[in-house]
Amino acid sequence: MRRNLKIGPWNLGGFWIVALGIWCFSNERVSAGEAIATPGGEASFDFISALFVFMLATFVGLDVIRRVSRLLHTPLMSLTNAISAIAVVGAIVVAGPEHPTVIHWLGLIAVVASVTNIVSGFLITDRMLKMFKKKEEIKAK
Amino acid sequence: MNKPETARRGVLSGVAAMLLAVAGTLAMPGLVHFGHIALAVIVGTAIGVPLSRVPLTAVPQRTALSHSFGGLAAGLVGAAKYFLWVQEGAGELTKFRVVAIGAEVLLGCVTFTGSLMAAGKLQEIIPTRPITYRNQNILNLSLLGLAVLCCAVLVFQPAWQWLFPIIIVLSLMFGVLLILPIGGADMPTVISLLNAYAGLSAVAMGFVLDNKLLITAGALDGSSGLILSIIMCRAMNRSFTNVLFGAFGAVKAKTDQKVVGEVKPISAEETYSILEAARSLVVVPGYGMAVAQAQHAVRELTELLESNGTEVRYGIHPVAGRMPGHMNVLLAEANVPYDQLFEMEAVNRIMDTVDVCMVIGANDVVNPAAREEKGSPIYGMPIIEVDRAKTVIMLKRSMAPGFAGIENHLFYKENCRMLFGDAKASLNGLVAEFKKT
Repeated sequence: MRRNLKIGPWNLGGFWIVALGIWCFSNERVSAGEAIATPGGEASFDFISALFVFMLATFVGLDVIRRVSRLLHTPLMSLTNAISAIAVVGAIVVAGPEHPTVIHWLGLIAVVASVTNIVSGFLITDRMLKMFKKKEEIKAK
Repeated sequence: MNKPETARRGVLSGVAAMLLAVAGTLAMPGLVHFGHIALAVIVGTAIGVPLSRVPLTAVPQRTALSHSFGGLAAGLVGAAKYFLWVQEGAGELTKFRVVAIGAEVLLGCVTFTGSLMAAGKLQEIIPTRPITYRNQNILNLSLLGLAVLCCAVLVFQPAWQWLFPIIIVLSLMFGVLLILPIGGADMPTVISLLNAYAGLSAVAMGFVLDNKLLITAGALDGSSGLILSIIMCRAMNRSFTNVLFGAFGAVKAKTDQKVVGEVKPISAEETYSILEAARSLVVVPGYGMAVAQAQHAVRELTELLESNGTEVRYGIHPVAGRMPGHMNVLLAEANVPYDQLFEMEAVNRIMDTVDVCMVIGANDVVNPAAREEKGSPIYGMPIIEVDRAKTVIMLKRSMAPGFAGIENHLFYKENCRMLFGDAKASLNGLVAEFKKT
């Protein structure tokens, strides 16, 4: 039932998330500057690299997800939900700067929604994962 | 998250990556309203913490609710960006950006209302039976088509602002109407699908904001939803389109189901003697067990049986419960060790050697009609073949049919006995019998 894949000391998923996070973080600082300087014209160039990132991320994502044990599908869904709430970053970009009030409020509501997802997603995933114990662990209690 | 042991490390890495990304964004030049943002974060946390404390039977609803929040965020940011760029001048709204915004708002709004509907159906605030009406599919598809058309027009005429609210309203309506005809037991697939849509709307946001981190995270969420949806559809032997557009409740049995034989009720004492003598047991839990809150009683009974020398396994059907993996979490909460939880295929393989199979609150997933009767609406669906065990004990409240509304041939088989009554009460009765000796 469970494929006992020895991936090594690093859990594959966790490693990829951290690595991608750091890489995208550094990319984001660069492309944010470009987009503000020359809008429109840069769009076509960024589209290609953005599309590339999308394809790569989908490929990696499918591979990571398909190795997740079936036992953990429920916490998997809540975890991926929390991760996609990285959309809070987009909401901050909208709500932060000096923008018209309506837009500011749209952004703020989006921040609330995303933060709710992050907080409840990570907390409930951890709560569920804590419950999975093997027989020896239960008997030891 | 390959194995339960190492899964929590994955969560911690996720949190670390997210904090890094948010910190990086807050350091961006041009940000002024830190106070409002901090307030928004506090409000979000205040809502998020109680949401994470819901009882595990409510996890499907909570999950659907968080999908709707994800869609909401995407829709709002898309709308905000559109109006920002419209103000800044015609040059800002390139064709690519309008397409991306259109996709983001469409997906976001559909996910928002669709997930709210799903949460409502799961919480049973909205009727769980499929609500159908004539020409429903044509209406739904025209709504969607109209919204896409408006987006297409917007690409070429980005200054026509009045189109935008129309797109939003159409998408919101489509979300509601899409989920309306879907019945409670199809929810596992629908939730997985909505998970994928929420992820895709985050990807679209990434394209709009030119943020590769968003694209990556959204792609991860979308892949997860896609894989889970495929697994769910395979487990029900139906295609996506069939689940979304082929209201299951409306499917009537093609052959007239007149089953020969009679059901054989059993008492607690007889059940006890069968269980006491059994060397191997497979428990098949279903949504009914969750409703009856019987998981702790099950665990108590199986512990007693184990100390009596019986080998205990749990057979988990992929669509048992209201979301993928729901049963596993409920049983884990009741302190059932996860090495006793087995997938359907594993349990079917050894079923011929099993002495007793106890089915608790599951119905369609153990119905042999899926294997034997060509006209049945569930024909072809993979099931847990409990009828191949030596004895089957079915815990059920009454003879009422399950979600599919069809007769369960299992009840009339030679080796099947029915233990009528509330699952928790029946199981506690069995535990009491054991403790007597």
